[in-house]
Amino acid sequence: MDVLDLSRWQFGITTVYHFLFVPLTIGLSILVAAWQTAWYRTKKPEYLRLTKFFGRLLLINFAMGVVTGIVQEFQFGMNWSDYSRFVGDVFGAPLAMEGLMAFFLESTFLGLWIFGWDKLPPKVHLATIWTAAIGTNISAYFILAANSWMQHPVGYRINNGRAELTDIWAVLTNPTTLVTFPHVIFGAFLTAAAFVLGVGAWFLMRKKQVSIFRPAIRGALVVALVSAAGVSFTGHWQAQLMTEQQPMKMAAAEALWDDERSAGFSLFAVGDVENGRNHINIQVPYGLSILATNTLDGEVQGINDIQKRYEALYGPGDYVPVVGVAYWSFRFMIGFGMLAAGLALIGLWLTRKGRLPEGPWFYRLAILGIGLPFVANAMGWIFTEMGRQPWTVFGLMQTAAAVSPGVDITSVAITLVGFTLVYAILAVIEVRLLLKFIKLGAEEEPQAEPEAAPALSY
Amino acid sequence: METIWFLLIAVLWTGYFVLEGFDFGVGILMPFVARDEAQRRTVVQTIGPVWDGNEVWLLVAGGATFAAFPEWYATLFSGFYLPLFLILLALILRGVALEYRNKSDSQKGWDRAFFWGSLGPAVLWGVAFANIVAGVPLDADHEYTGTLFTLLNPFALLGGVATLLLFASHGAVFLALRTTGELRERARKIARVLGPLTIVVAAAFLVLLGSDKPAYWVITGVAAVALVASLLATVRGRDGWAFTGSALAIVGLVAALFTSLFPNVMPALDPANSLTITNAASSPYTLTVMTWVAVIFTPIVLIYQGWTYWVFRRRLTGA
Ligand code: HDD
Ligand code: HEM
Ligand code: HEM
Repeated sequence: MDVLDLSRWQFGITTVYHFLFVPLTIGLSILVAAWQTAWYRTKKPEYLRLTKFFGRLLLINFAMGVVTGIVQEFQFGMNWSDYSRFVGDVFGAPLAMEGLMAFFLESTFLGLWIFGWDKLPPKVHLATIWTAAIGTNISAYFILAANSWMQHPVGYRINNGRAELTDIWAVLTNPTTLVTFPHVIFGAFLTAAAFVLGVGAWFLMRKKQVSIFRPAIRGALVVALVSAAGVSFTGHWQAQLMTEQQPMKMAAAEALWDDERSAGFSLFAVGDVENGRNHINIQVPYGLSILATNTLDGEVQGINDIQKRYEALYGPGDYVPVVGVAYWSFRFMIGFGMLAAGLALIGLWLTRKGRLPEGPWFYRLAILGIGLPFVANAMGWIFTEMGRQPWTVFGLMQTAAAVSPGVDITSVAITLVGFTLVYAILAVIEVRLLLKFIKLGAEEEPQAEPEAAPALSY
Repeated sequence: METIWFLLIAVLWTGYFVLEGFDFGVGILMPFVARDEAQRRTVVQTIGPVWDGNEVWLLVAGGATFAAFPEWYATLFSGFYLPLFLILLALILRGVALEYRNKSDSQKGWDRAFFWGSLGPAVLWGVAFANIVAGVPLDADHEYTGTLFTLLNPFALLGGVATLLLFASHGAVFLALRTTGELRERARKIARVLGPLTIVVAAAFLVLLGSDKPAYWVITGVAAVALVASLLATVRGRDGWAFTGSALAIVGLVAALFTSLFPNVMPALDPANSLTITNAASSPYTLTVMTWVAVIFTPIVLIYQGWTYWVFRRRLTGA
């Protein structure tokens, strides 16, 4: 273990942890806004109760997203100072824009929403939750633009040994961003929908507050199916773009060692990394060629051949990511996501025409199913980021060159242990709080936040 | 263009310290002004709707530094690694405490986290800025070569005490402004006690730092006058003016620090290695793009944040 390894662990742990909260916030904020809109339109108390109930869970989650996000913002400078020097000219711009255009929006308007129930006219109050929810989506766009630039740098030139921005528009409309953004957003909606479904199932299993949670899970089921279709389509596009931009990642994801026409999609493989081949490989015929090129006989490049090409292009070195990680994280992302989709499909059937599922088994599955999209999301990031290794910025800068030269190993060890411990404790607290408020259920007559007597202060 | 960004970053830090300054102050003072749970709730509620928006000023200051002066961002954040880690931990605990205390069954632990999570950054930001302005050991690659203890020198610690006192006073006058009855009385009393102390320590800090720029001394004078005026206004019960005064004093402090820095952004002990607004800056194109973004969006942010304060302008009673 050296500074590089520890820094990688720290970055991986803190980012994956941040991304546990992010997708739920993105998806649930829009759902809560939608319920409040329904209430505003129909004045049915059920919608208000849903708004308040899930709104509270959203806030508990949001708080964690915020505090873990602050760490992200500082980490580039703290642990990856040479990276920051190299890319700041390009990469800093979307980050700063995210703060100015999105973080101010979400934080300010969420504050207004929480404390504004009886201070703002209903229409304005409704607008505050929409603004906050849209803010979270805008923030996703900018940070994904930044991340996509690392996957596929555009709109820059190299000058004085660093990347300089030449075209901001190219960075913001990077083709990689344009497919990554919908993929992540659909993934976020799948996450939120599975969450609502699981929480609703907990109540329905106990026949509690059925009039509220039945409509809630019906809505969630539809959202889940649409999002699952969405991640599949966008994932397919991403795979095609990736084959073009980062063939090595695709080859690793498929444990495809040599260039191949009419390649199959591997379902299960046991590889021999030393010798660059597989012992066992069960495949869907033509699957990979279709996924990657939309044709039956498309050629997909293999690891060994790409390695040779990269050595010619970038000089001697090892350009192969950890194949096992790329292979399995790719499969788990798709697999867990599709399990969630399957669950939603069954649920939609079981709740057709005013029915409710009999017996506890579906409810139990739905409660467990909350975890599926969270795992899928984490796997997606691990795949994208580790599949890009050894590069930090694809083709331009390797991870080993990105790490802070001046930070000693003791410091990184302290922060790695410190963050991990604090995060573990906070995770326990957050889950306990969520459970507590779920068990309290939706209030009969939602009360606005207690309000103190008025007296002008400014 | 570099100068504009130097100014803008100064403005962002100013916004951060003026706004989150009173948040920190409120956190530090809560154990001293609130006697029971109802009062503690009221104290938390004074900043409840706004603290997260205030903290974003820090995020944007960081992001803007990254975009406009990548070298500065890289050197500063990797050089001040452990202090920043402590600040991050404090901000994490504090943020979670603020959001979770009213939702938990027991508030005691959260209140402790709120207190320490406010106190820590209030001191550490002062320590950090004192070091930035006074200069730190940097090598030719602009890498920081000192240790944690290099940063904890007496002058920097004085800076830490200065910001601690400033933020605590600022928080006290803010609480006085936003509450009634007992809470307001106690907050005013604290403001009266802290006021003179703050003036002495902050003045000592700025005089020790010194500068050969006349503007520096003008700003320092304005800050001192603002602090005295704030104290007088507190004695007279003019809470609004007292708050304006302490806010102006913080503006003055940050302005003085950045005036003393200019045109460096991070002076090195060996001046040849200093980071300046020219050698740390991004390309002109990036700065132009970011200028447009800042010119359009900063006023919008100011308008809606101002509106938020307007919506929550009524005093809270500590029922
Ligand atoms: C696809 C979406 C996405 C991704 C990949 C990331 N984030 Fe994030 N982030 C959000 C989506 C988001 C959000 C939905 O906007 C959050 C989550 C909860 C929240 O409060 O806002 C947020 C919060 C959040 C905050 C706190 C904002 C506040 O105080 O309101 C910061 C500073 C960051 N993030 C920074 C980062 C950085 C530097 C990342 C890269 C490593 C990152 N995030 C990855
Ligand atoms: C959009 C925001 C980003 C997200 C969500 C994200 C997510 C991830 C994930 C999931 C991992 C894998 C975890 C691991 O390997 O342990 C990772 C690793 C890593 N990321 Fe990112 N990342 C983002 C942006 C960045 C940025 C801006 C950098 C700049 C330095 C970066 C550099 C790294 C490095 C160096 C690793 C370690 C690689 C490894 O351990 O294999 N990432 N990131
Ligand atoms: C048929 C299903 C899916 C396919 C074909 C697919 C495909 C892909 C591909 C190819 C990438 C890598 C993009 C790159 O590195 O350039 C990716 C990344 C990712 N996937 Fe999926 N995916 C699927 C389902 C899911 C599901 C269900 C989720 C979550 C609920 C998910 C979440 C993610 C995330 C968070 C990333 C990382 C961010 C990004 O680069 O977009 N994916 N996916």
